[in-house]
Amino acid sequence: MGWQKKILRVNLTNGTCTAEPLNMEWAADYLGQRGLGSKYLVEEVDPKVDPLSPDNKLIFATGPLTGTPASTGARYSVITKGALTGAIACSNSGGYFGAELKFAGWDMIIFEGKAPKPVYLYIQDDKAELISADEIWGKSVWDADKYLHAKHQDPQLKISAIGRSGEEGVMYACIVNDLHRAAGRSGVGTVMGSKNLKAVAVRGTKGVSVKDPVRFMQTVGEKKQILAENPVTGQGLPTYGTQVLMNVVNEVGALPTHNAKSVQFDGASDISGEAMHEPRGSEGKANLVTNQACFGCTIACGRVARVDKDHYTVKNRPEYWGASGGLEYENAWSLGADCGVNDLDALTFANFICNEQGFDPITFGATMAAAMELYEMGVITDEDTGGVKLNFGSAEALTSMAELVGKGEGFGKILGLGSKRLCEKYGHPDLSMSVKGQEFPAYDPRGIQGMGLTYATSNRGACHLRSYTVASEILGIPEKTDPLVTEGKAGLVKAFQDATAAVDSSGLCVFTTFAWTLEDFYPQIDAACDGEWTLERLAHMGERIWNMERQFNLAAGFTAKDDTLPKRLLTEAAATGPAKGKVSGLDKMLPEYYELRGWSVDGVPTPDTLQNLGLS
Amino acid sequence: MQRSLYISPDKCTGCLQCEMACSYEHEGNFNPAKSRIKVFSFHTEGRFVPYTCTQCAEAWCKSACPTEAITLDVATGAKMVNDGLCVGCKVCTIACPFGTINYNTATGKVTKCDLCGGDPACAKACPTQAITYIDAEGTGYDKMRSWAARTDNQSAAQA
Repeated sequence: MGWQKKILRVNLTNGTCTAEPLNMEWAADYLGQRGLGSKYLVEEVDPKVDPLSPDNKLIFATGPLTGTPASTGARYSVITKGALTGAIACSNSGGYFGAELKFAGWDMIIFEGKAPKPVYLYIQDDKAELISADEIWGKSVWDADKYLHAKHQDPQLKISAIGRSGEEGVMYACIVNDLHRAAGRSGVGTVMGSKNLKAVAVRGTKGVSVKDPVRFMQTVGEKKQILAENPVTGQGLPTYGTQVLMNVVNEVGALPTHNAKSVQFDGASDISGEAMHEPRGSEGKANLVTNQACFGCTIACGRVARVDKDHYTVKNRPEYWGASGGLEYENAWSLGADCGVNDLDALTFANFICNEQGFDPITFGATMAAAMELYEMGVITDEDTGGVKLNFGSAEALTSMAELVGKGEGFGKILGLGSKRLCEKYGHPDLSMSVKGQEFPAYDPRGIQGMGLTYATSNRGACHLRSYTVASEILGIPEKTDPLVTEGKAGLVKAFQDATAAVDSSGLCVFTTFAWTLEDFYPQIDAACDGEWTLERLAHMGERIWNMERQFNLAAGFTAKDDTLPKRLLTEAAATGPAKGKVSGLDKMLPEYYELRGWSVDGVPTPDTLQNLGLS
Repeated sequence: MQRSLYISPDKCTGCLQCEMACSYEHEGNFNPAKSRIKVFSFHTEGRFVPYTCTQCAEAWCKSACPTEAITLDVATGAKMVNDGLCVGCKVCTIACPFGTINYNTATGKVTKCDLCGGDPACAKACPTQAITYIDAEGTGYDKMRSWAARTDNQSAAQA
C-alpha cells in the first residue's frame, strides 16, 4: 500500500508498453522515487553508457506518498545518466503530473531505447500507448500542452514535455510538467529528446490507497499543523516563496555575482521576493499575481507572476501577457545577480522562456554569466554573438539569448552547451562555475562554507538540493552553525545528504524539512506503506542511496579529483561582506567527510561500508 | 442553524486537499477524479476556484428526477441521491444549471455533494479556509465586515 506495485516499461525502439510488478524487495530497501528509481537505473544501465545513446534509460518515478493527502505529496523524479554531467541524475518536480501518474495506477515508467520517429506516451489508467508526435515536434512545451489537451478533449489530462531546446540538444534541457514545474537539472530533458520522446500525457481515475487510512489521516493532519505553525513553511514561503532568501543571502555575503567574481549584488533588493510584491510604477500592479501550491501542498511557495505589458520583452507579444510560473530564488539569482541584471520583469520573462522551451534557468544563467565574463575579456566577440553585446548587467543580452537557447539557434547553440563545455571551447575552463559539469546555484561557498562541501560531493554535480546546509548555517534549522567556519561541516553535510535522500524517495517535498525532520516523516510513511518504517530504517536507507549513487559515478569514471570546486572559489577571496578575505575551506572538510562516510582517502566506499549498507 | 459551504476563491492555492478529502470520504481512497468538489485553474489569470453543489432550496436536479431518487436531508439541507432509486438516466445532470451533479460510470448512478452528513470533509481539509462551512444566513458577513471597516473613516483617520 502507498505503492501501486506496478511499473510501466516502454520500449521506444520497438514501440511496446508493458506492465510489470514493482520489485517489492527493492521497494523495501529504497522506498520509491529517487531511491527506487536509482536502484532500477543502477541495475539496468551500464554506468559507462553515453547519456544520449539508446542504451541509456529514462525513469519517471513517484514515491509511495505521491498522490496522498500527506502535505506536499506531489513529487516525482526523473532518473537517468545526465546529459550535462555524465553522472547519475535525479531531477525532482512537483505540480500535478506525478500524482496523476499514480492515480492511473503506476509507480514508475521506464523508457528504454529510442523511437525511430518522434512519439508521445498517452496513458489512461491501465491503457498506455505510443502515438506519433509529428504534430508537436518542434513546438514549445506550452504549445504541446495546449495541443494535447485539445486533441484528447480532456482538460484533466496532465502533461510532462520537452520543448525545442530538448529536441535541439541543449545540454541542460528540462522536462516541464503542468506548464511551469520542472525536473530541471542535469539535462534530463536532453536525454528525453535523444530518445525522440516529446511528452507524456496521463489521466488517472483509479486513486491511491494506504495501509492504515485512519492512522494515516490522523498523522498527516498533525504534521500539516506543524508546517502551518512554522515561521518558514507557514509564513515566509507562502508570502515570498524561495525568494524570501534574496536579501538575506546578499546580506551574509554569499550571493555569487558576475560569475562569482563578487559575493554581493547591488541590485539584490530590486529582484527580491519583496520587490515582487511592490506595485510597478508603470501600471500600479505587482509582478507577483498569487502564490500557488503543487498537488497536496499546504505550504504553497510557488510564484505566479506577470510581466508588465509595456515591458520591452513582451511589447506587442500578447502571448506573454498572461500569468505563469514566476521567479524562484535560484532563477532570480542565476538570471539576475550572476549576470548582474536587476530588471525584475526581464528576469521573469527569461524564466517564462525557460519554462516555455524547457531548459534549466540555473545552468542557463550561470552559462550566460561565464559568457559575459569571456565577452568582457574580449575572448567572445560580437562576431560570435551575432552583434549582441554580452556585458554584465545587460537585460537585453539575457532575454535575447534566452530566446535563442530556447530554439537552439545562433549563439544559443553555443550557450546551450553549458558553461563547462563553453569555457573549454574558448580556452578558459576555470571560468566555468561548475562541479562534475553542473553549475552551482545561488549560495557562495566562501560565505557559506558547508555549501562548498555540498557542491563538491553532490552525486549529480553541484546542487543545493542534495544537502541544504543553508538551513543550519543561515536560518538556524535544525540548529544554528557558523557559516564562516569549516569545523563540523563534514558531519553536517553527511547528515543532510542522507536525510534528503530519504525524503526524496518518499514522494514528499524537501521544503517540508524547514519544519520537519525524519522524525516527522517516518510515521507518515509507516501508516501508508507495507512493513514497519522506523527512523533508523529511513536514515540507513538514505545513506544506502547516497553510496549507491556514488558507486554508479565511480564506475562511470569519476574519481576523488572530481570532488572539487571551481578554482575561483578556492583561491579568490570574497572582497566584501561578512566573508571578506575568505575562500572555500574545502581541503579542511573533504578528508573528514570521506572518513565519516566510511570511504578510503580516494573517496571510494570501503568493503565494510558497502556491506553495512547492504550494497556488497 | 442551517449551514452552507462557502467558497472564497481568492484564498485557494490549488492544492486539491479538498478533492482528496472528498474522495476519501465517499470512495474510501484518494482519488480526485471521483471528487464531488472540483478546483478549477485559470492559469493565465493566476486563479484557482473550488466549485461544488450549493444545495439549491428548490433544486433543479430534484425536480427533474423521474424516480424521486433525489431527496432533501432536512437536518443539513443537502440534496441526497438515493442509489437504490437512481436509474442513472442523467436527466438531473442536464437540469442542474451549475453542472455539480455528475454521472459515475463505475456505479451507474449520479453523485453530488451531500455535505458529508453535516461535517464536510473538504472544508476540514482546506489549509487556507478557502472552503468553509458556515451559517447559511450569514455567508456574506465576512465581506460585510471588511467593507464595514473601510466605511469607518473616523477610526482609520485616527489610526
